[in-house]
Amino acid sequence: MSVAHAAPSVPENLTWTGGSEPLKASYGKLMMWFFLLSDTFTFSALLVTYGMIRFSQPAWEGSPSDFYFSTQHWPIPEKVFEAVPFLHGISLPLVFVGIMTFILIASSVTMVLAVEAGHRGDRKDVEKWMLWTIVGGFTFLGSQAWEWSHFIHGPEDLSLAAKQLVDGVMTPIEGANLVRNPYGPPAFADLFFFITGFHGTHVFSGVILNILIFFNAATGVYERRGHYEMVEKVGLYWHFVDLVWVFVFTFFYLV
Amino acid sequence: MSTAISTTEEVHAHGHDHGHDHEHEHHELGFIRKYIFSEDHKTIAKQYLISGILWAFIGGSLSIIFRLQLGFPDMSLEWLRPILGEWIDESGKLDKEFYLALVTMHGTIMVFFVLTAGLSGTFSNFLIPLQIGARDMASGFINMLSYWFFALSSVIMFSSLFIETGPASGGWVIYPPLSALPQAMPGSGLGMTLWLTSMALFIVSQLMGGINYICTIINLRTRGMTFTKMPLTIWSFFFTAVLGLLSFPVLLSAALLLIFDRSFGTSFYLSEIYIQGQALPNMGGSPILYQHLFWFLGHPEVYIVLLPALGMTSEVIATNSRKPIFGYRAMIGSMMGITVLAFIVWAHHMFVTGMNPFLGSVFMFLTLIIAVPSAVKGFNYITTLWKGNIVFTPAMLFSIGLVSLFISGGVTGIILGNSALDINLHDTYFVVAHFHLVMGAASFFGLMAGVYHWFPKMFGRMMNKTAGYIHFWLTFVGVYAVFFPMHYTGIAGFPRRYYSFTALGNDGEAAFTDLNAFISLAAIITFTAQAIFFFNFFYSIFKGKRATQNPWKSNTLEWTTPIVPGHGNWEGEIPAVYRWPYDYSKPGSEADFIPQTIPHSATPESNLPEENDEIAKEKEIESLLAAQNESYNR
Repeated sequence: MSVAHAAPSVPENLTWTGGSEPLKASYGKLMMWFFLLSDTFTFSALLVTYGMIRFSQPAWEGSPSDFYFSTQHWPIPEKVFEAVPFLHGISLPLVFVGIMTFILIASSVTMVLAVEAGHRGDRKDVEKWMLWTIVGGFTFLGSQAWEWSHFIHGPEDLSLAAKQLVDGVMTPIEGANLVRNPYGPPAFADLFFFITGFHGTHVFSGVILNILIFFNAATGVYERRGHYEMVEKVGLYWHFVDLVWVFVFTFFYLV
Repeated sequence: MSTAISTTEEVHAHGHDHGHDHEHEHHELGFIRKYIFSEDHKTIAKQYLISGILWAFIGGSLSIIFRLQLGFPDMSLEWLRPILGEWIDESGKLDKEFYLALVTMHGTIMVFFVLTAGLSGTFSNFLIPLQIGARDMASGFINMLSYWFFALSSVIMFSSLFIETGPASGGWVIYPPLSALPQAMPGSGLGMTLWLTSMALFIVSQLMGGINYICTIINLRTRGMTFTKMPLTIWSFFFTAVLGLLSFPVLLSAALLLIFDRSFGTSFYLSEIYIQGQALPNMGGSPILYQHLFWFLGHPEVYIVLLPALGMTSEVIATNSRKPIFGYRAMIGSMMGITVLAFIVWAHHMFVTGMNPFLGSVFMFLTLIIAVPSAVKGFNYITTLWKGNIVFTPAMLFSIGLVSLFISGGVTGIILGNSALDINLHDTYFVVAHFHLVMGAASFFGLMAGVYHWFPKMFGRMMNKTAGYIHFWLTFVGVYAVFFPMHYTGIAGFPRRYYSFTALGNDGEAAFTDLNAFISLAAIITFTAQAIFFFNFFYSIFKGKRATQNPWKSNTLEWTTPIVPGHGNWEGEIPAVYRWPYDYSKPGSEADFIPQTIPHSATPESNLPEENDEIAKEKEIESLLAAQNESYNR
C-alpha cells in the first residue's frame, strides 16, 4: 500500500486545465518551494555584499608562506581557519570546516532516508532517520560554536595578530568581534559573523522544525493523517540550508 | 449539444450533495474568529482595505503639512501647534528636522502601507479566490498571519510618529550613512530603529501573502480555468506576487545589515566618516552597496505597486467598454516583460552615484526597453475603449484616469531613464512629478477603480454614483494640477526634500513662488476631496443601495457567487469555466456578455469557427470535477 500523498490523477493533457494540482505538489509543498526561492535571494544579497566588500579591499600580494595578519590586506582563509579541536598546535588548514561540511551533507542524506521511509509509511524508520538528522544538525551547530569561539579568541600567539594604533603605539589586536579583527580588516569579521550567523540561525530553526516533525512522527500524528508529507516539506528546507552552506563555505573558505 | 448540457446538469446535481456536506462542516464562528482573526480571504481583504484607507489619510495629511511649508513659506503654522506641539518652533514655523520626517514618512506610508498592502493586499486577497474559482486562499492561516504581521508593522510605524526624536527622516530610501548614524540627525535615532523593525515585519507579511497568492493561482483554479482563461487581474496579481517574493528578501538583507551597522558596530555601509568633528572608526564598508541592495527591491517595488492597478484597469475597462480587452495575450506578455525588466534596471536610480558611465549606459538601455511593454499596455487600453459602448461608471472613470496618468507620467520616465539627462534632473521636482503621476497617482486611481467596481461584491451594496463622479473629477483635475507644474519647478532646478529654496540663484525662488503656492492649494483641494470618498465608502457599507448579483454585467466568476458570498464563496459546486473572461458584445450573441461559466455548446450562434473545437473539450473539463473535489477533501 502506498501512503504517498499523491495529487488526484488527471490525464496528462489536462494538468493545467484547472481543478487539479498541475505541478503534482500540494499547496504546502509549493509554498515551501517558493519560500526557498525567496530565501535564496536573501542569501544572494548577503553573498553579493561579501563579494563587493571583499574585492574592494586589497588582497595579499606576496607568496602564501610569507603571509602575516594585518588590517591592510584581506586574510588568506587557510591561515585563519587551521585549527581542529583536540589537535592543538597543529596546522590543519580547512580540515575542521571540511568535517563540518561533511556532517551537514551527511545529515542531508539521513533526511533523504527519512523522506523515503515516509513514502513507505514506515514510522520506525522515519523516527530513526529524523533522529540522525537532528543529531547531525546539532553537531554542526556545536562545531560552528567551536569555530566561532576559536575565531573570537584570535591567534594564540598574540605577536602574530594584526596590529592597530593605540595611543601612538602599534598594538596587537586581542580577540575578534564586530568592531575589530586580529586576522585582518574588521570587515572580514563582520561578514564572517553575520553570514555564518545568519546561516546558523537557519540551521537552528531547521533543527527545531526537525524536532517537531520527529515528535509528531513518534506520536503517530502522521500515521493517523495517512501520509508523511510534512517530513518532505521540512526535508526541502533542510536540503536548502545545506545547499546554502556549500555557497557560504565556498565564499568564505575557498575564495 | 443537448447531451453536453444535460451532462453538466447531472454533474451539478451530483456535486450539490457533496457541496452540501461541505456546508455542514463549519459552524457559525465567534466574533473574533469571524471579524478579527479571520482566515476568510474576503474578510482579510477588507481588513487590508480599511487599514490602507486609514494609512492613506495619515500619509496624505503629512503631505499637506509639508506642502504648507513649500507653498507658503512665510505662513505662521501656530494653529497646528495643538497637533504638532514642539514640531512647530518658537517662530511659528515648521521644525526643519520634522519637515524631513514628514517627507520620509509620507513616502514610506504611501509606497508600502497604502499602495503595496492596501492595494495588492486588498485585491489579491479578495479577487484571486473569487476570480479563479476557489473556496479560499491555499492557506487561510498563513493569510491571516500575513495581515496581522502587517498590522503589527503598522502599529510600530505609527508609534514612531509620536516619539520625541521624531520618526525616520532620511527619506523613504533611508540611505546610509545618514540613516546609519544616530548622531547624524534626530530622526536617525529611535525613529530609524522603529522604521527598520516595522519594515522587517512588513517584509515577512509580504512574503507570506506572496507565497499564498502564487500557490493559490497555481493549485486552486477551478476546472476549465487554464492560465490563458484567467482574467488579467489574476495575471497581474501573479506577477506582482512573484516580484515581491524575489525582491523583498533583498530589502530584508539590506535592512538587517543596516541594523547591525546601527546597533552592533559593524561597517557594512560605513567607511571613513567625520561627523561633528570626530572621526569614526568604521572602515571598509560602502554606502553605494546599500543603494544597490535597496533599489533591487525599490525598482520592482514600483511595479508591485503599479501592476495590480493595471490588471484591475484591464478588467474594468473591458467590462465597461462592453468590448473584449484588446490584445489579451499581448497584455500578459507585456506584464511578463515588465516583471523581468523590473529586476534588471535598478541602477537607473543611481546614475549620479559615480557609477561607471558604461554601466550607466547598460542600465539606461534596459530602462528604456520598459517603454515598449508599457506602450503596448497603453495602446491596448485605448484600443479597447475605441468604438466601445462605454458605460461611465465611477470605476470606469478612474480606470480611464489611470491610463491618462500612466501615459503622461510614463513619457517623463523616458527622459529620466536617460543617464545624461538624469544628471540635470536627478533629485529635482521633475522626478517627484514623474513618479507621483506614473506610479503614485496611477496606482491610486487603480485602487479607487477597484474599490468602486468591487464594492458591491465586498459589501453587497452599491456606492453612491454621484458622489463617485464628484470624487473622480476633483481628484483627476487635482492630481494634474498638483503634479504637472512640478515638471517646471524641477527643470528650473528645485531639489526635492528641501525645506526652503532661499539658496536658489537667479531669483529662482521668487519666480516660482506663485506656482508653488498653486501646487499646495491644489494639493489641499485634492486631499479634501478624498473626504467625499471616505464618507461615501463608510456610509455605503451600511446604508448603500442593495446590489444586484452582477451589477456591471461582467463575465468573471466572482459575479456568479451569492450577492454576499459566505465562507467558501459558492453554495454547492464551484462552477466550471469554459471560455475566456472577455466575451463582451460578441457578434451573433443576443446578450452583450457571456459569462465564463457558459459553455460554448450553449452558444452555437456566436461561436467562432475555432471555438467549436472547444465544445469537444467541455466533457474533459467536466471530468475534472472528481479530481477537484478530491483535492478539497484531502
